[in-house]
Amino acid sequence: MKNPPKISRRKTLLGLGAGAGALATTGVLPGSLGFAQAQSSAPIKIGFQKHATGIGAAYGRWYDTTTTAAVARINEMGGINGRPVEIITEDDATDPGRGAEVLEKFANQHEVDVAFGTLFSHVVIGSAPRAGELKLPYFVVSEGHHVASGMLNRYTLQPGITDVKSQVISMAPFVADNLGKKVTMIYPDFAFGHDHRDFFSEAIEAQGGEVVAKIAIPPTETTFTRYFPNIPRETEVIYHVMVGPAVLTFVKEMGEFFGPSRPEIFGFIDSLEAVDIQSPGLEFLEGTYFWEGMPRHKQANESEAASAYRAAVGVNDRGAAIDDPANVATYAHMFGCWETLNVIKAGMEAADYQGPADRTKLIEAVEAMTEMPESLDHPQGDKLFNGKTHQAFGKQFISKVSDGNLEVVHTASIEDGLYADEVDYTTQSF
Amino acid sequence: MDWTKSNALHIGTLVVLFALFFILPAYHVGAFSRIMVLAIYAIGFNLLFGYTGLLSLGHAMFFAAGMYGFGLSMNLGGLSVLPAFLIGVGAAGLLALGAGYLALRTIGVAFMIVTLMFAQTFYLVILYYGEYTRGDEGFIIQQTQRQIAGIDLTTETARYFTAFILFAVCFLAMARLVQRPFGKRLIAIRENEERARMLGYDVARLKLAALVVSGLFSGVAGAAYALLFGYVGASFASVQYSIFPLLWVLLGGAGTTVGPLIGVIFMFYLIDISSGVTNAYMLVAGLALVLLTLFAPQGLAGTLRKRALPWLP
Repeated sequence: MKNPPKISRRKTLLGLGAGAGALATTGVLPGSLGFAQAQSSAPIKIGFQKHATGIGAAYGRWYDTTTTAAVARINEMGGINGRPVEIITEDDATDPGRGAEVLEKFANQHEVDVAFGTLFSHVVIGSAPRAGELKLPYFVVSEGHHVASGMLNRYTLQPGITDVKSQVISMAPFVADNLGKKVTMIYPDFAFGHDHRDFFSEAIEAQGGEVVAKIAIPPTETTFTRYFPNIPRETEVIYHVMVGPAVLTFVKEMGEFFGPSRPEIFGFIDSLEAVDIQSPGLEFLEGTYFWEGMPRHKQANESEAASAYRAAVGVNDRGAAIDDPANVATYAHMFGCWETLNVIKAGMEAADYQGPADRTKLIEAVEAMTEMPESLDHPQGDKLFNGKTHQAFGKQFISKVSDGNLEVVHTASIEDGLYADEVDYTTQSF
Repeated sequence: MDWTKSNALHIGTLVVLFALFFILPAYHVGAFSRIMVLAIYAIGFNLLFGYTGLLSLGHAMFFAAGMYGFGLSMNLGGLSVLPAFLIGVGAAGLLALGAGYLALRTIGVAFMIVTLMFAQTFYLVILYYGEYTRGDEGFIIQQTQRQIAGIDLTTETARYFTAFILFAVCFLAMARLVQRPFGKRLIAIRENEERARMLGYDVARLKLAALVVSGLFSGVAGAAYALLFGYVGASFASVQYSIFPLLWVLLGGAGTTVGPLIGVIFMFYLIDISSGVTNAYMLVAGLALVLLTLFAPQGLAGTLRKRALPWLP
């Protein structure tokens, strides 16, 4: 009897490799190995304008993590129009001048299909004119009102996150009904703070309330004690939107000023993104309220999609990295990257996007979108997209700090955050 | 002879920049549009630092004055490009006159600190009047506004050649200026201020004139940046933009006519290339600066002049 021929390990590996290659070419293999035209189609390139350095670095890191997870999922599902998605990352240093240069790099050097992912408003505003001139679709995840205000251009869209105007006006009914009608606002004395001041003043008046004092803090301030005596005695609610590293001092000094008897306090979590709510010095926040774009701490009724998203981006129930609990996520904002990438995918599929020549078709396809139901594509919740203003509207959450946990006590509906159109980008030519 | 060589160098530089538009790929054409605008800023700074020996740490206020003077005249005043541009440049010149009148009462380190403080005040004024300036966010000059006589300045070609013309005018004007008696007097002040005074020169007036001309050039750059890139923002008034021209001029060669351009090109591509390799690209830039300071303390053009080309202007 003849012995069967021996097959060496080297030959086995070679054979397996050749077989897998043949299967992948014909699209038989599932998942990431199975792009129908992976061998013949170039990837869809998405330029990710990342705040890797500068003041936005903490956001940039988590926007990157979310982007990577979202693209991995899209590729596992077969990519976009049968083509894999590739992310090209460039650091904009959270600087508007460099931001514009990065868009030029994307368009002319990397030859990306679209650009995406910018958060800080001044970088968006500095970059957007170049996006329009380069005719490069620019999907921002900024929450600024600059898109819907009509300041930018037809090539700039914000389909994955609500804007600050919508966020602020949807908070007013809860504040007036549950916390008080006489509000003192404390905000940084620059554009972000002024947006809050103007939008909230108007919204609380519509609810029968009033802003009894507006305390603007200069951006260079490092101590805040001298501002607290300006808070009127009649104040029922303090509304704060301090940002930057001084926020810890701000909270500590506010605690020292008020002691145990304080008015109700409502703030935007922007102040404490990437900061553990149980950090020493933040004890005074116990019992106060925060706006959240998406609940950082896992709620008892968290949806299946939201839980799957939480797992996909590698975040634990406390909103920190699973492998490093000290690394707290920018959870209230970063879902915007995930959802925006899914909108880009849906838009490209609707437009049968093949390459840069189809960029205007892509924009028209996104402009035609309206309802985006809650799903793993949109784990934060239902969205309503306004194609005229290029802005998405969605649910907002109000959480109360209880025993060091952020517990959602109110969910503002999409309707609470709607406002009249201020622009119709669809009337602008390409 | 040296005068001929120097003319050949200046004309040759402009010929190369002109030709680059037809040679370079699209991305680098865009990059050079920006480089030429920033080089105007560096040329202005060089007159004060390289030729007069006055180190200002507040030049961003002049750059921003040009930028905001231009942008606000267009967006709030409804002016067209040319008058708005003149207002921007004029604003920078006036600010330089006022700031110089006060700051030039000091010398050395005190002058650096006073100019730094002036610039910081200017930056905070921009934030304070956020209602008009949109503070830190800044504002946009729309594509439709950025036209001269029907020419759309937002196309790559028009942008490049507008930057080129502005650069050429400033480059040649400065090259001429520093060879004129005015420039020689500034150099005399740099070399020995007391001796220049003893020779009968009105040193205070000359320094003020140098600061105003420097401010005007910075204003041209600021207004041109807003015109060509469509954005006006407070970050251009921050201390970072006061340090940049100092680095460009130090790298390129203080007191040389081509140094500012070389410095801007070097720094731009150093950051552009190293940022593609590592997030710690400022560390790379810092290391390059340390090495240059150690081995070429007079900058690239300065070292070239010292070692090989003594005629270099």
